Amino acid sequence: MPVARIPILKVGRVLIVPIQVDMDDQTVMHLQERILSELERTGARGVLIDISMLEMVDSFIGRMLSDIAAMARIMDARTVVVGMQPAVAITLVELGLELKGVDTVLNVDEGFRLLRREFDISDEAEEEFNGETSTFGKQVARS
Amino acid sequence: MESRSLALDDEHDIAVARNEVRRLAGALGFRIIDQTRLATVTSELARNVVKYGEGGRLILQPVSDHGGREGLRLIFEDSGPGIADLAAAMRDGFTTGRGLGKGLPGSKRLVDEFEIESEVGRGTRVTVVRWIA
Repeated sequence: MPVARIPILKVGRVLIVPIQVDMDDQTVMHLQERILSELERTGARGVLIDISMLEMVDSFIGRMLSDIAAMARIMDARTVVVGMQPAVAITLVELGLELKGVDTVLNVDEGFRLLRREFDISDEAEEEFNGETSTFGKQVARS
Repeated sequence: MESRSLALDDEHDIAVARNEVRRLAGALGFRIIDQTRLATVTSELARNVVKYGEGGRLILQPVSDHGGREGLRLIFEDSGPGIADLAAAMRDGFTTGRGLGKGLPGSKRLVDEFEIESEVGRGTRVTVVRWIA
């Protein structure tokens, strides 16, 4: 069966990973490897994983998120998980998963804000931002 | 509604099973949160069947009790090595493989009824029920 292809986008020094499909185990492991090799290739300092389309996070996906955060940290990058659905959050807690080392925020804007607080990327990122996002870049630069 | 059976032979079957359970739970009238609990419990228990139980099957059974309450029963069966120490397996933190050891006790918290039978050398059967709230 073909492995679902999840895009990894680079904006400034942040890798954006929008997960829009239900992932089987193979896709999960493949994604983990790809994020780490993109971190190495691009020298990105942040990883923003959007899981707003994920209808379920089981212990396997939860461990993948924790592992990515731990490995990224070793490579001097921070990981933020954004957009977890309320039902997913409730189920995760009941399951007993903690997502160790993973910062979670409500949306992509908040995710960027958190990552930008961690490292000063405003000048460089602002050049690469366009339209809506450049407005956001200026907001952050002011704050 | 009739009960159905799905094969759990490889990792892809885990994703198929949880999507099918979510679809059926939605059709039966479960709320989103309970659909999520059922899909997650299916993912956890189906993974046990595939990874530790050498494959098996999932039976989906819409059920109702004498009070007219409706729900969904899920039965996960394998003919694998079985679990020697069930009490230990049900404790938080127990793990045999690469799992986080949350599998069984965590799954139990997501459903209303949870029953596990296992015989070494014969296999394991986990039966869970969630009632429509």
